[in-house]
Amino acid sequence: MRVHVDRAVCENHGQCVFAAPEVFAFDDDEVLRYDPSPGPGLDEAVTRAARVCPLRAITLDGGPE
Amino acid sequence: MSRRTEAVVVVGAGLAGLSAATALRDRGFGGRLTVVGDEPHGPYDRPSLSKDLLTGRRAEEQTGLPLPPDLGARWVLGRSAVRLDRAGRRVLLDDGSALEYDGLVVASGASAVPWPGPPAPPGGVHTLRGRGDALGLRAALRRGDPLLVVGAGFVGSEVASAARELGVPVTLVDRARTPLEGALGPVAGRLFAGAQARAGVDFRAGTAVRRLLGERSLSGAELSDGTRVRAGAALVALGARPNTAWLRGSGLRLGGGAAPGLVCDHRRRALGQDGAPAEGVVALGDVVAAPNPLPGAGAPSHLVIGHWSEAVDHADAAAAALLGQEGPGTEPVPSFWSDQFGLRVRSVGLPRLADRTEVREHDPDRSRLEVTYHRGGRLVGALTVNRTSRLAAHRARILRERAAHGALA
Repeated sequence: MRVHVDRAVCENHGQCVFAAPEVFAFDDDEVLRYDPSPGPGLDEAVTRAARVCPLRAITLDGGPE
Repeated sequence: MSRRTEAVVVVGAGLAGLSAATALRDRGFGGRLTVVGDEPHGPYDRPSLSKDLLTGRRAEEQTGLPLPPDLGARWVLGRSAVRLDRAGRRVLLDDGSALEYDGLVVASGASAVPWPGPPAPPGGVHTLRGRGDALGLRAALRRGDPLLVVGAGFVGSEVASAARELGVPVTLVDRARTPLEGALGPVAGRLFAGAQARAGVDFRAGTAVRRLLGERSLSGAELSDGTRVRAGAALVALGARPNTAWLRGSGLRLGGGAAPGLVCDHRRRALGQDGAPAEGVVALGDVVAAPNPLPGAGAPSHLVIGHWSEAVDHADAAAAALLGQEGPGTEPVPSFWSDQFGLRVRSVGLPRLADRTEVREHDPDRSRLEVTYHRGGRLVGALTVNRTSRLAAHRARILRERAAHGALA
């Protein structure tokens, strides 16, 4: 699955980090880092992360459907 | 023994109602789905009402929450539920009609606590809960009249921030010594007090509003220390109360105190008077009195959490419970955020339960703060300001300690 975060929209709420810590994390400069193409084992976590983003800044491509 | 669910009624068309409806479809519910909302429009994003909608960074049309294209729900808007007839499995609406259900989601949210003092002038006194409230307040801010904010909690402080951004003079009155002290403790409170002072907020600590003055429209207020402040508009920001009046007499259990929530179990099943889950009723969001997710010595057994995260994080569990399916295995940790005065406030857990706080980092120059909250020796919450990167580790520790203590039913 391909992951994209719209940085113009993201406000560092951090909900994605809670939902999918394998994919999303903040670095020491408070910048969100993420893996744009996580393995298929993480589809569920990534889908949850996209859903819990309060600003809906995360879009996904090539999901299981 | 639950019968097959064919018709679900969701009372409440906010984030919780929408989340519940979406989760029910995700779990394969193919029956009739009706969502009732007392506002004339569908779900919208409430957090922006006290921030970007006021400053104009976001327009009214941009606050709507997107609906899943295949949701297949019937929306009954501009109608409120007035009574629950559990024996007849019906929700009675204010137009005299009734909706029959075999599954009910109570997502009726909360209302702003109204001005509790002596009679106030009819004009210029606001509360903030719905989008209509925010638009009324925005109009007042655009006129530029000095604003009085009663209560320095999250809503009051965020509105003070938006008003200062617009150049509106703000007096903020609270009984506490610092803003947000009740929710976050004195260290965080002092950081907010500093940020507010730099932004030009006139914060009146340890003070209450005795009377709101004015004949037809607000002209000012008299404070408990005898001083008077001039104001053309006031925001009464004294918290929220769950909307449970329509559930009285239904046999569902309501919590104690002045603001009773609907008492639920971990799966968000509403409890009856006997303490057992009521057949076919779940609840979600601000209306819920939830089992304390971080139980510890002396902590309350149930509490109204009222965060955005509650409406989203528990939707799947509630949908599973209503459909008689097995729910998710882990219980989420509450979280919240607030953006004000250039401070990015983020929190996990329930800092309000703390009997001790620990400051991990405090860098006033960069307005950075990291505080952990403890109760009975256990971590119950963490707060960061401009330091979101530190939060995930605290959340993980809360989960670990909770698992080790086996505190969850």
